[in-house]
Amino acid sequence: MWEMAEQRDAYGKVLVELGRQRDDIVVLGADLCGSCKIKDFGMEFPERFFNVGIAEQNLMGISAGLAASGKTVFASTFAVFATGRAYDQIRQSIAYPKLNVKIVATHAGITVGGDGASHQMLEDIALMRVLPNVNIVAPADYIETAKATRVIAETEGPIYVRLGRSNVPTITQEDDPFEMGVSTMLVDGTDVTLIGTGIMVSRCLKAAKILEKKHDIEARVINMSTIKPLDEEAIVKAAKDTGGVVTAEEHVVSQGMGSGISQVLSESYHVPMKRVGIPNVFGESGGSEELMDKYGLTAEHIVESAHDVISRR
Amino acid sequence: MPALQDTRVKELKEIARRVRIHIVRSTHSAGSGHPGGSLSATDILTALYFQVMNHRPDEPHWDNRDRLVLSKGHCAPALYGVLAEAGYFPVDELTSLRQLGSRLQGHPDMRKTPGVDVSTGSLGQGLSIACGMALAAKLDRRSYRVFTICGDGEMQSGQIWEAAMFASHQKLDNLIVFVDRNNLQIDGSTEDVVSVEPLVSKWKAFGWNVKEIDGHDMEDIVHSIDMMKEIHGAPSVLIAHTIKGKGVPFMEGSLAFHGKAADDEQLGVALEALGGDS
Repeated sequence: MWEMAEQRDAYGKVLVELGRQRDDIVVLGADLCGSCKIKDFGMEFPERFFNVGIAEQNLMGISAGLAASGKTVFASTFAVFATGRAYDQIRQSIAYPKLNVKIVATHAGITVGGDGASHQMLEDIALMRVLPNVNIVAPADYIETAKATRVIAETEGPIYVRLGRSNVPTITQEDDPFEMGVSTMLVDGTDVTLIGTGIMVSRCLKAAKILEKKHDIEARVINMSTIKPLDEEAIVKAAKDTGGVVTAEEHVVSQGMGSGISQVLSESYHVPMKRVGIPNVFGESGGSEELMDKYGLTAEHIVESAHDVISRR
Repeated sequence: MPALQDTRVKELKEIARRVRIHIVRSTHSAGSGHPGGSLSATDILTALYFQVMNHRPDEPHWDNRDRLVLSKGHCAPALYGVLAEAGYFPVDELTSLRQLGSRLQGHPDMRKTPGVDVSTGSLGQGLSIACGMALAAKLDRRSYRVFTICGDGEMQSGQIWEAAMFASHQKLDNLIVFVDRNNLQIDGSTEDVVSVEPLVSKWKAFGWNVKEIDGHDMEDIVHSIDMMKEIHGAPSVLIAHTIKGKGVPFMEGSLAFHGKAADDEQLGVALEALGGDS
């Protein structure tokens, strides 16, 4: 099956590469530098690395000041603290003045596991999606995280990157393209479309296999690695070609990627839809896989949802 | 360091007088805004832009300019008045404050207004941004300084102290902060709302050089900045004792004019107190 690797390792590795290539890159953390994998950058470039301590509001403000002075800033902490604790600082000091800060948050989603609800950020896509000037990238695996880190360094303006904590299957290839705002079709199909983001892309692929083998249904699988701006063209085309869409994300369904896709389709092309994700509840402690099962973030649930969509066509 | 010449002090006071007229006029024209805290910060801003800071009104983005972060962003009318006097944009534009389509937003916007170094408005955030700018100067081995003006009510905001701790840890001696100590915030006296005193020992405990000054005395402001520039290895804060509404008698020490503009009749009285139309 697939190899497993952590997205945050790819992030940390590419940051060091970028640091060697460009001296305008500055990296900031907030006492979780080891967990966020930004320590290697700090070891090699101590003069361009700042650990601000447990002070996320200050983290975002300092990032804004550095960016306003010409630096390309990477600020990293856990997703719950980055987007929750420091929301107003992101809004006022980074998004509104459109400063060149890359907020790369790790430990997003329920797979954080044992730490429980206080650390399982399930609302970050929602919070960042409504902010003007902020774009959102949620890579599917190690390889895509490495590419995304390089691309966002070249892309001006505030960008939020959503990474998980756990090992995720490596499902993309080195030579697959990665472009902001452009999704990739991993499997073509004409009966239904499965659109995943982050860790759920691999589960969409599994679901597509089950649908093909057991039910003779050919599903299209799309990796939506940019959540804002959404690849509307690919979404509408998939709806027209297949007549039904299932979305899957490790996030509350009330205002996540699936909500964004449903908004696109409700204005452009009506097809039956089902959003797989977490209901509007807080998480809890448990093993990553146990939690994914309990909250329905499984290939089997995606399969059921595909049947539901097809039955309503 | 040379003392400020009497003639220069007079010139600075005259500029500050005109800025105060701009504040009263622009907020009156907008029908809203924050004249009280703008008037208390006017002398500091005038001293900074006309005596202390290296800046180029014809080149607002000059790399090595000294930066100003108006952390108390609601006092934008004072900043706009000073920037217009310095030539960043026409004085006539000041009465467009807060109007639809104006470059002069209710709170400072670095993308719209020439001379505004950073967007502010949500209190408590400016000092962190100033720290980032001061760090960038060190990284780039540039000589510019970062000046910041905070309100005294802002001292209640936790982020100020996150930034204060960070600035001394990083030895940001290119950062000079003013606390506009006019004693009032929108709901009343700072000491009644939540006491911010003792301010001097708080800042000292955070590792800063601290000096109390008269925030309406040009010589004291300029001389104190000169003194702080000589101190290396730590950031500096000047606790500037000021009067809210300074220069307009019926606004002085008045809570009512924290966030309210003069009406037509009050405008006439204010302009007369400030010694005429311009």
